[in-house]
Amino acid sequence: MTYEPVIGLEVHLQLSTATKLFCGCPAKFGSPPNSQTCPVCLGLPGVLPVLNERVLEWGIRTALAFDCEIAQVMKFDRKQYFYPDLPKNYQISQYDQPLAQHGHLDLGLDGRTKRVRIRRIHLEEDAGKLLHEASQSQTCIDFNRTGVPLLEIVSEPDLGSSDEAYQYLVELKAVIEYLGVSTCNMEEGSLRCDTNISLRPAGDSALGSKVEIKNLNSFRAVKLALEYEAKRQAAALGRGERLPQETRLWDAKGLKTEPMRSKEEAADYRYFPEPDLVPFVIDRQLISRVGEALPELPAQRRRRYQEAHRLSAYDARVLSQHRAFGELFEGALRAGAAPKPVANWIMGELLAHLNAHGLEPEEVKLRPEWLAHLVQLVDEGTLSGKMAKDVFAQMLERGVDPLQLVEEGGLKQIVESGALERIAEAVLEANPKSVADYRKGKTNVLTYLMGQAMKRSQGKANPQQIAELLKHKLERVTP
Amino acid sequence: MASGALAGKTIHELRALIAQGAISPADLLDDLLARIERINPSVHAYLDIDPERLRQEAEAQLRAAPRGGRLYGIPVTIKDNICVRGEETSCASRILQGFRPPYDATVIERLRREGALILPRANMDEFAFGSSTENSAFGPTRNPRAKDLDRVPGGSSGGSAAAVAADLAIAALGSDTGGSIRQPASFCGIVGLKPTYGRVSRYGLVAFASSLDQIGPLTKDAEDAAILLSVIAGQDPRDSTSAPVEVPDYVAWLKASPKGLTIGIPALPGAEGLSQDVRAAVDQALEAFRSLGVKTVPVELSHIDKAIATYYIIATAEASSNLARYDGVQYGFRAADGAGRSLLDTYLDTRSQGFGAEAKRRILLGTYVLSQGYYDAYYLKGMRVRTLIKRDFDEAFTRCDAIVMPTAPTPAFRLGEKLSDPLEMYLSDIYTISANLAGVPALSVPCGASPDGLPIGMQLLAAPFREEVLFRMAHAYEQARRG
Amino acid sequence: MAVVTPDILRQVASLARLRLEGPALAQFAAQLDEILQYVQQLQAVETSGVEPTSHVLPLSNVLRKDEPGACLSQEAVLGLAPAQQRPFVTVPKVLET
Repeated sequence: MTYEPVIGLEVHLQLSTATKLFCGCPAKFGSPPNSQTCPVCLGLPGVLPVLNERVLEWGIRTALAFDCEIAQVMKFDRKQYFYPDLPKNYQISQYDQPLAQHGHLDLGLDGRTKRVRIRRIHLEEDAGKLLHEASQSQTCIDFNRTGVPLLEIVSEPDLGSSDEAYQYLVELKAVIEYLGVSTCNMEEGSLRCDTNISLRPAGDSALGSKVEIKNLNSFRAVKLALEYEAKRQAAALGRGERLPQETRLWDAKGLKTEPMRSKEEAADYRYFPEPDLVPFVIDRQLISRVGEALPELPAQRRRRYQEAHRLSAYDARVLSQHRAFGELFEGALRAGAAPKPVANWIMGELLAHLNAHGLEPEEVKLRPEWLAHLVQLVDEGTLSGKMAKDVFAQMLERGVDPLQLVEEGGLKQIVESGALERIAEAVLEANPKSVADYRKGKTNVLTYLMGQAMKRSQGKANPQQIAELLKHKLERVTP
Repeated sequence: MASGALAGKTIHELRALIAQGAISPADLLDDLLARIERINPSVHAYLDIDPERLRQEAEAQLRAAPRGGRLYGIPVTIKDNICVRGEETSCASRILQGFRPPYDATVIERLRREGALILPRANMDEFAFGSSTENSAFGPTRNPRAKDLDRVPGGSSGGSAAAVAADLAIAALGSDTGGSIRQPASFCGIVGLKPTYGRVSRYGLVAFASSLDQIGPLTKDAEDAAILLSVIAGQDPRDSTSAPVEVPDYVAWLKASPKGLTIGIPALPGAEGLSQDVRAAVDQALEAFRSLGVKTVPVELSHIDKAIATYYIIATAEASSNLARYDGVQYGFRAADGAGRSLLDTYLDTRSQGFGAEAKRRILLGTYVLSQGYYDAYYLKGMRVRTLIKRDFDEAFTRCDAIVMPTAPTPAFRLGEKLSDPLEMYLSDIYTISANLAGVPALSVPCGASPDGLPIGMQLLAAPFREEVLFRMAHAYEQARRG
Repeated sequence: MAVVTPDILRQVASLARLRLEGPALAQFAAQLDEILQYVQQLQAVETSGVEPTSHVLPLSNVLRKDEPGACLSQEAVLGLAPAQQRPFVTVPKVLET
């Protein structure tokens, strides 16, 4: 029997507000342990939470971007469980009146659009961090992260493959980046994700036993874990086994999932309305005010690039994956460059550079007008394709305008005929055997001679011109 | 002047004496501390008294106190569940032993701003769970009005009430979740006010039941209660549930005659438990009001007989959650966690050794009513009945300015009398609890005594944010009684 | 019929992280049962169509600006803790991930 996976995702985003969800402590990452807390986020006796207004605004902004129905009245609840990273032993979260519900995210998959439904978006406070390595017998607690605002985005189980799950995450991350509400950095934990998967006979509509997978540290891990889990479950079902509903952990080294040690008791979170906070009425005015400030989103940008700039669907998708790509692209266009060559630079050299160095687009020193200048230098013939790549690399490394690089480095292509003439002469003189071979009809030695000429000119010779010159001289009968 | 002569005075009397230059704040402090040193060992109104340290602390505060403040040089005694920066704040519980908050409660800040001297650590029932102060982990307080000191002062603010009644305090702050200010005020023969929910910031009040708790004054008369409330009331940006309602000049309102006001008289539940002495004293007080030109009308509070059941669902649910944080991880007491002890052992040992029996009972009750399968039948039902109780009051206050009823069904009972029967103890809160559920202000004022001299209090309740009505009526009544 | 039995109470105590054994368990169970039997009287109150009250005040939308306030020093935080290993607060090893 063939099975199809049914996959859902829960994404937690730390909002990059200046302060925490319910107190004025900074919400930033990387401060010395236990230096970023106050009585409120530590849950000391007698303290009370007060909601950060920016969190509400950003929550609405995100909900609008996913086309959610926003609650008319939202409230907070206490989710109760004992854990040492949770100072109050309850988490202020949202239970039955979350910020938003019933949204969706559209994915462009090989020419078709897949709509993934968003079940709910809610706000909650983050917990502290436990460090287990420091000692054999003790666990260390750093409370800095306690109370940092989290936005949880829960999808319906609408994803049919690990690939779709991966695309969902990529698209979701792009949307969040465009909104500017989170840094979406999985290494720093500002984006975290759990997934759940069950299998069912292909074409069936009933759902199988849901397995939750945790400890996923990258989008790739999500993909691998889902692939593994689909295989594991299919094999078990094939053997006629019944799968338990359980939580499993992804083992990134062993590339497999392992059952999580089962807890002594079933979780009973005893949710009840948070009495220290009042309800929040979200009126139309607030929603439309936030809506007006909503930026263009990746899907809209993709459409615009295809329509206005005649880019292919693929190009448009790559360019809109990061907000910064789009800013570079459009900036270069404003500086006078044509769309396609700019797109090629971003999707080729820039993307390769980012991947090679593990950088985010925002981390690169690159101005849109520099890209325009580079395109212009190639167009005019001042730089050859190869030279341009070198210039591009230097531009990123030094953070300097290509115009300046060309000026100071004498990087201009040699187009002056006298100089090219001298180079060609020298090459032919130094390679009499090749010259003879050519004249015997082995015309492919031209490529070799070209290479020699470029080498001699330190790559500055205009390739077309030097090729013509060499050809011309070789074909001229020696006196 | 005789020792204790100043300690027995009210805020308004002392303010006048200090303003005239007749006494200095230091004279007052000396007199009060000397009396505390002498009397506290038998009454045990304060925990942990170190007179020398108390003196140094108070003198340092006096040096920093703003001279123009409305409470300049006036010591105010603080219940052990209101955070005072750097001072041990334990809620009379072993589990918070040694906890010194690095912050002042908002009410403490406001008192300091007016020049008051903070006198911490009035005894209480552990975490305010109780009606007798016998649930203090550090020993009970005794009612100074009982001849042989064989009676409870009431609770949970029993230390605050006993201190004021025994002239070990000029005035005090307590907290009231189901009667914890009013009932001890009644048992000790003083004035106690539970303000409207949201009138006073709860920031820094160690939470018992967040939707019911309010801080309020325990004082020698209504005027002092008005003075203290005008200092501590008002919206606080640190408390989302504090109301943006302007604070009237309560003291000015004292002068207004209550003539023309209307008192509503409800049919009382639990008549079988109501002592004849209490009933007679309240009836007499009503007569006194009538002779002051106050009208009386019957009002119906048809759901108040359900108040105790409702209260013990809501209050324990919130308490079980609020007390989850006491686990020995971040502050306070942690049970020994030597080799072989797991984290779970630390949790279990710390909480089992750190909490007293009543705290455990309420945590268990609250956990039960919130747990899966029981939530709808208990907690949700309780919140719905709460709505009905609140509606009763809303309706009643369209027909009257204040409601009068006894504060407690009996005068102070004996130590140990109700300790073995928790439900019996809970039932003694029958008249105070509904004010917390409805969020309305309620003030207890002495209105007589039993034949053996135990004080009896009557309770005045008003519509939300109408505390001035209570002060006005209580003050006029006090004046009339004095003759 | 008892609403709280020792068995039920044992589970509740475990949720609340309280150790309850032997005679104490039975005694607490009996007391809680009595109290909850008393509380059962609410079932007789007609509440259909009645909204639950979790706040008596009609307040909403209490917010603060996203502006930083003061933090406690690491010193102060560790100073409160029963056990610490600079710069951390410590507890007996947590085994579960």
